[in-house]
Amino acid sequence: MMASSYNAKEEDGNHPGAANHAGAGVVKSKKPDNTAFKQQRLPAWQPILTAGTVLPAFFVIGLIFIPIGIGLYVTSNNIKEFEIDYTGADINNPCYNCAKNFSWNSTTQCVCSVPFTLEQPFESNVFMYYGLSNFYQNHRRYVKSRDDSQLNGDRSALKSPSKECEPYRTSEGQPIAPCGAIANSLFNDTLELYHIDSNGSRNEIPLVKKGIAWWTDKHVKFRNPGGNDNLTVAFQGTSKPVNWRKPVFDLDPEDPDNNGFINEDFIVWMRTAALPTFRKLYRIIQKKSSTTPTLPSGKYVLNITYNYPVLSFDGRKRMILSTISWMGGKNPFLGIAYITVGSICFFLGVVLLIIHHKYDTRNNSADIPN
Amino acid sequence: MTWRSPLALVRDALRGQRAREKDLRNLASNLPYEGLDKAKQPNRYFLGNGIKTTKYTLLLFIPMNLFEQFHRLANIYFVGLAILNFVPVVNAFQPEVALIPICVIMCLAALKDGWEDFRRYQSDNKINNTLCFIYSRKEKQFMERRWKDVRVGDFVKVVYNEIVPADLLLLHTSDPNGVCHIDTSNLDGETNLKQRRAMSGLCVSDPEFEPESFNSVVVCEKPNNNLNHFKCYVEKPDKEKVGAGIQSLLLRGCTVKNTDHAVGFVVYAGHETKSMLNNNGPRYKRSKLERKLNINVIFCVILLLTMCLVGSVGHFLWLQKLPSVPPYLVPNSNGHLDSPSLSGFYMFFTMIILLQILIPISLYVSIELVKIGQIFFITNDIDLYNEETDSRVQCKTLNITEDLGQIEYIFSDKTGTLTENKMVFRRCSIMGTEYPHKENAIRLAVLEPESGEEVIFNQRPRPPHTGWSLHAEDTNSEDTGYDHDNQRKSKVTGNAQSNVAFSSPLETEVIPDRKLLQQISRPDRSDSGSRKTDPYLDFFLGLAICNTVVVSTATAQRQRESVFSSSGQTNNPLDSLSNLVKKSASTRHIFTSWKYKPKRSRTVSEDSVVEEDHFNTPVKIEGSGVTDGLQTCSLQASSQCDDPAATSDNLSYEAESPDEAALVYAAKAYGFILLARTPDSVTVRLPSGEDLVFEVLDTLTFDFNRKRMSILVRHPITKECVLYTKGADYAIMELLSTPYAEHLSGKQKNIAADTQHHLDCYAKEGLRTLCFTKKIVTDKVYESWTVNRQRALAAMDNREELVMDTAVQLETDLSLLGATGIEDRLQESVPETVVALREAGIQVWVLTGDKPETAVNIGYACRLLEEEDLVINMSCKNKLACTSILDCTLEEVRRYSEDPRNVDTRQDIALVIDGHTLTMALSSDLQDRFVDLAKRCRTVLCCRVTPLQKSRVVKVVREKLKVMTLAVGDGANDVNMIQAADIGIGISGQEGMQAVMASDFAISRFKHLKKLLLVHGHWCYTRLANMIIYFFYKNVAYVNLLFWYQFFCGFSANTMIDYWLMIFFNLFFTSVPPIMFGIMDKDVSAEMLLGVPELYRTGQGAGEYTFFTFWVSILDAFYQSLVCFFIPYLVYQDSDIDVFTFGTPLNTISLFTILLHLSIEIKAWTVVHWVVMLASVALYFIVTLAYSAMCVTCNPPSNPYWILQSQMADPMFYLLCTITTVVALLPRYTFHVLRNSIAPSPLVQARRLDRLDVSTRDEWMKEWRSFRGIGQVKRSRLSNPPSPTLGTPADIHPQSPTASDIMGDDLTLNVISENFQRPVHK
Repeated sequence: MMASSYNAKEEDGNHPGAANHAGAGVVKSKKPDNTAFKQQRLPAWQPILTAGTVLPAFFVIGLIFIPIGIGLYVTSNNIKEFEIDYTGADINNPCYNCAKNFSWNSTTQCVCSVPFTLEQPFESNVFMYYGLSNFYQNHRRYVKSRDDSQLNGDRSALKSPSKECEPYRTSEGQPIAPCGAIANSLFNDTLELYHIDSNGSRNEIPLVKKGIAWWTDKHVKFRNPGGNDNLTVAFQGTSKPVNWRKPVFDLDPEDPDNNGFINEDFIVWMRTAALPTFRKLYRIIQKKSSTTPTLPSGKYVLNITYNYPVLSFDGRKRMILSTISWMGGKNPFLGIAYITVGSICFFLGVVLLIIHHKYDTRNNSADIPN
Repeated sequence: MTWRSPLALVRDALRGQRAREKDLRNLASNLPYEGLDKAKQPNRYFLGNGIKTTKYTLLLFIPMNLFEQFHRLANIYFVGLAILNFVPVVNAFQPEVALIPICVIMCLAALKDGWEDFRRYQSDNKINNTLCFIYSRKEKQFMERRWKDVRVGDFVKVVYNEIVPADLLLLHTSDPNGVCHIDTSNLDGETNLKQRRAMSGLCVSDPEFEPESFNSVVVCEKPNNNLNHFKCYVEKPDKEKVGAGIQSLLLRGCTVKNTDHAVGFVVYAGHETKSMLNNNGPRYKRSKLERKLNINVIFCVILLLTMCLVGSVGHFLWLQKLPSVPPYLVPNSNGHLDSPSLSGFYMFFTMIILLQILIPISLYVSIELVKIGQIFFITNDIDLYNEETDSRVQCKTLNITEDLGQIEYIFSDKTGTLTENKMVFRRCSIMGTEYPHKENAIRLAVLEPESGEEVIFNQRPRPPHTGWSLHAEDTNSEDTGYDHDNQRKSKVTGNAQSNVAFSSPLETEVIPDRKLLQQISRPDRSDSGSRKTDPYLDFFLGLAICNTVVVSTATAQRQRESVFSSSGQTNNPLDSLSNLVKKSASTRHIFTSWKYKPKRSRTVSEDSVVEEDHFNTPVKIEGSGVTDGLQTCSLQASSQCDDPAATSDNLSYEAESPDEAALVYAAKAYGFILLARTPDSVTVRLPSGEDLVFEVLDTLTFDFNRKRMSILVRHPITKECVLYTKGADYAIMELLSTPYAEHLSGKQKNIAADTQHHLDCYAKEGLRTLCFTKKIVTDKVYESWTVNRQRALAAMDNREELVMDTAVQLETDLSLLGATGIEDRLQESVPETVVALREAGIQVWVLTGDKPETAVNIGYACRLLEEEDLVINMSCKNKLACTSILDCTLEEVRRYSEDPRNVDTRQDIALVIDGHTLTMALSSDLQDRFVDLAKRCRTVLCCRVTPLQKSRVVKVVREKLKVMTLAVGDGANDVNMIQAADIGIGISGQEGMQAVMASDFAISRFKHLKKLLLVHGHWCYTRLANMIIYFFYKNVAYVNLLFWYQFFCGFSANTMIDYWLMIFFNLFFTSVPPIMFGIMDKDVSAEMLLGVPELYRTGQGAGEYTFFTFWVSILDAFYQSLVCFFIPYLVYQDSDIDVFTFGTPLNTISLFTILLHLSIEIKAWTVVHWVVMLASVALYFIVTLAYSAMCVTCNPPSNPYWILQSQMADPMFYLLCTITTVVALLPRYTFHVLRNSIAPSPLVQARRLDRLDVSTRDEWMKEWRSFRGIGQVKRSRLSNPPSPTLGTPADIHPQSPTASDIMGDDLTLNVISENFQRPVHK
């Protein structure tokens, strides 16, 4: 560009014509600034990764990781966990019949009882989970199939849910509340736990159903339309999800703080699991006194109101009782991993020490590169 | 404007189209039509002078810019994917969100384009609205108008120091001789003034030029971009045709100098002007790295398709396996599910969208940014700055910086590239007698160490030189003392401009040879009778007048550098006054006529100056008050000293080529002073003090084919037509007739042979040789020749050939006068640079137009050739001979290199080949053999090559050997070569800017090449290569996380990371560190790279960026992504973790892994590195935390609300992040450690040395180099290269090709060497 080249020259102050116009003393030298930055001479730390320099790092990693790993492993081992499969896929299973004769629309409820024995007492608070296997709650279209605005109590979204909810958006001309496939497939088995005394009587163990969802979910993300009073009115003009037996405002009629969208079972379900085998918190068994264990060892019976079909996709249903620690549920993996990695690092450190003696000394003293 | 029918408009437009396309254009004056509407204007079809260089208009910016951007394949790809996302069955993300990255990137690009275009618009506006003078018939005078109002056919007046607004056919100037000087530095960078002549016979009423009386038609050719060529003729009303060429054309963009005003007829305006046609914008070259990169991008595409196929098939199988419809399978809106195969098919596209960033979207943008940064650092390198010319290195092509690090072959010009191109007269031979000029040689030897690179400005009043005295030694010492002083001053004044080239005392002063001086000052020679035929006189006349040197006085020179001088001497009141006057003069043109009086007197002749001398001093000071004190001072000096030579000290010569100036100065030293030159006459003062005015009949200018120039003058005394010719010896020798002055008895019969002998000696000494001849042309011959000449000049078609033919016709039967040897000194540090480049594994070839002897000598001087080298000299006359020579040389060389005793002596063979032989060797059937031979040679010198051959050599080597080539040159004859090479480097030297304009990088000294290649080249290459590899790694590692997740979500293309965070991850969190890495990382320090040039070899060939490194990093990426996915997976399996809570640690882990991976790769951590790295991590946490705190329902389905917060409250999160990062990076880290410990690369060793303190490091470096290159040590013990004197190394060529040519020998194969038994140094 001629234009720009005029320009450039004028800026440079080297343009003969411009120089004459400009007169005296305005020539700006083009000499680059002699600064450390522009001359690429900024002080720099130049680590060279050689056996000698990184040796300590490996040993330090080893020394830190191994104790952590041991700690984690021990903690994980101290966690007590009991798991029982009640799918009923197997003919010996008490729930076989319920599983067999299942249909979403059946009006009669099928109940089955699974007896089990706890070998060890569960000392602290016990968390009761239900577990599903092979249930792809993380399927892309399933995950999307919800309307967060609706769940957040937005009235317009209540009346016209997001298109993402299709085909569970409307039913019989009315918008579904809560819409979408996730809500539609809400886990609806009811589990009850009985302790069998030594004398054979069944004592129902009190299960706390509040406090199982994230606090933020319960109080921020999920809201009933128009507050918690009179949900029947609030949800007027909406339809229940097709698979549900009762409308959303009947999820927990006794407790208005646990009803409608803020029903905690519902909220827990709506937090879609990351992996196809997952567990979800169902109830909490609180420790009553410091002297007696929460769940003493002995015989128990799990009463299941069997509503939820899983055999159609080769799924499994489990009930899990678990105590938890600061690191969550039982998982020996992390501890083992830490121990392994720590050991490997330690081993590598030794190898490097040998290498360092063999090579680095040579390099540092009589280094003639070849 | 009257209404016209559309039909007429269309017809008019078509006619205009035809008129513009026609080969010849008829242009008439606009004046008779002034005021009429547009349809009646005769020149309405031609473009106006307004220019528009903007690409876009305000309205069309968006569509046009989009169109531009979609030329990029990558952009189309990403937009295609974004559009694909809008198709409901395959979409993976919210379609609108998916558009964000591509939009951001395209917006950035558009902003950049828009801003650049706006700048262009502004500068266009500024230029279009510049004022100029156009003649108006109504006002009967020149009126001030804007540039954009200038139309073809207008008459434009340009005054002193103004820029010419359009291409003007010069009709009239203020100079009585019709001469106008222009400075074309805006166009081609040549700073010497050029003369342009007004067309004579058109201005009807002198001295007042009347544009209205112009009633001829100007017929000119179609516009073209050749700046040195123009054809046109003017047809007068009486049908007489007058031809005109480039010498009558003022080009747009030039500045009028030394001329009060000039009036021209606009022939081309606006975009049709030559300068605008020459503007092709910046060039785009694709670097080698980028070519490789594109291949790897294709690999990435294949990888992507494979992964998508896996996803698609996986989805199909997963669906197949389901026994019935599970509740989590969502049917589409009409309630039924697609068949597994159809879903699988759709899934393929969904997967492409999901995994799209496997093709790094930001890579191209990042590379551009990195290159801008690299160029910033290159141009800011203070070591590549030249104080003398105040110039930095310039990067003209912006995208091949990394190619600098991969050069394998350098092709260098000699003159001006290896040498200074500042010519110093050294010796001459007249009539077969040699005059060695020993005193001069001594003076140069004394000066040399000090004045190596300083240009001394001749503006100060020089102490009156006593011309030449016989006490040369005395003046000598005085002289050097003075020069030292002067140098110091010029250093103080600082930034010099090279404008006033060829004026250092080194070049301008020649101490005459005593013997020669006696010869010409012999009393019997001074009588006019013998003067006519005195060959000595003729020789010096030839020196003085056979050139195109423009004479300017110190005054004129001062004006050109007023800035410089005034900055140096602000304490001079007179000086500042003169500046003031100058300023006002140039802006308002009030004082112009007053001011230029002294200068005009200069152009007329010396007489006026002499006249002034007769005034007494005080009067004179007042009289010349406008001129500054210095001028006055010098006049005073001259008045004190009666020696006429003293006045001539004010003269300075501006020549197109430095040897011309050197010769004129040499003549001046002998008292033959060129006083003035006008197109029609040359004034020369003889030693006797009388001035001779030669009428110049014609000038046959220099061209590369003839290799000579001639000037035809009428001798003022004898009234004979004399033709003085000078040229290269081989171009002259064959044109000689009988020895000159036969009457001078038989003792000088053999002048030609003697001179040839001297020439050969000169050449061996490394001097540039020129022969001078004279020919007396009889009037009859002249007349008939003139007719031919005129015809040729007026011809429209192939005028050049015709003109050249006429020149050849006249240049026959020349009589030899003598020859000159001019030294062109090597630039400083050339040998060191050459040695370093060679150690760096670069082969250096020299392609020169000089004689083989000169080239070989320079080769030794700059250590291209070593004493013990085997030099193969190839020169043959026909192809048959050439073939056999090539064959047996090749055989010889092969045998030589296969000889077990010479295991690594391949390096020590040098090939010298001349242009003629080269032509044959490069013919298609011999090419391969030649290249094979050249490959085995350490050095190749090609002599007497034409510009075209230069480029051919480069092309052949580049294509046959598939190597990276670099061509470096300074002159117009190197342009072809510069353009043919992968990288062209122009040296901004004495020969104008053509080479620089054509080059990719422009430097000012050859030695800068060392740092440019060894340091910047290496850095740029390693930085960019590592950055690109890292970029691929980064994207693969990140995308694979998503891919592994597909195995756990039924291949449903679900993501566990919030899409916004994914976008941010690439756009913000991890984008700056690699860019900074690409700009600033420093694997080895500059000192180390310069100290151990061998480190450069790492970049040659494949370098760091190979298939191997690419795939290794891809595999590492796979490994790391596996670790980053599966460790969290194993930790969280069968827990109540939800999708996005699972994704958060994954995202965090990959951030740490990716950044720490970079940390392993970063070789030097500066403050910038720390800041950028820490800021990236901080940005990630701040943005993610803020996002998770605010987004309650904003981005379904991910709902990141409070996820990171809850994770960060969990100790597991930290434990998980730590171990995963460690496991992911452990292999790479260990690999680096092991490699660096067990088999460290030279680079690592260099880095280790870098950490030592300076003295130890130097010791190591020395040891290293000595270990590698034994030859160098041996050499370096010699303190300086063999001095190029007669009788030293060049003697190993007993048979010079020239000699053999003369003898008609058609086979010369000299495999000469004293050293098949080379010194044992193993």
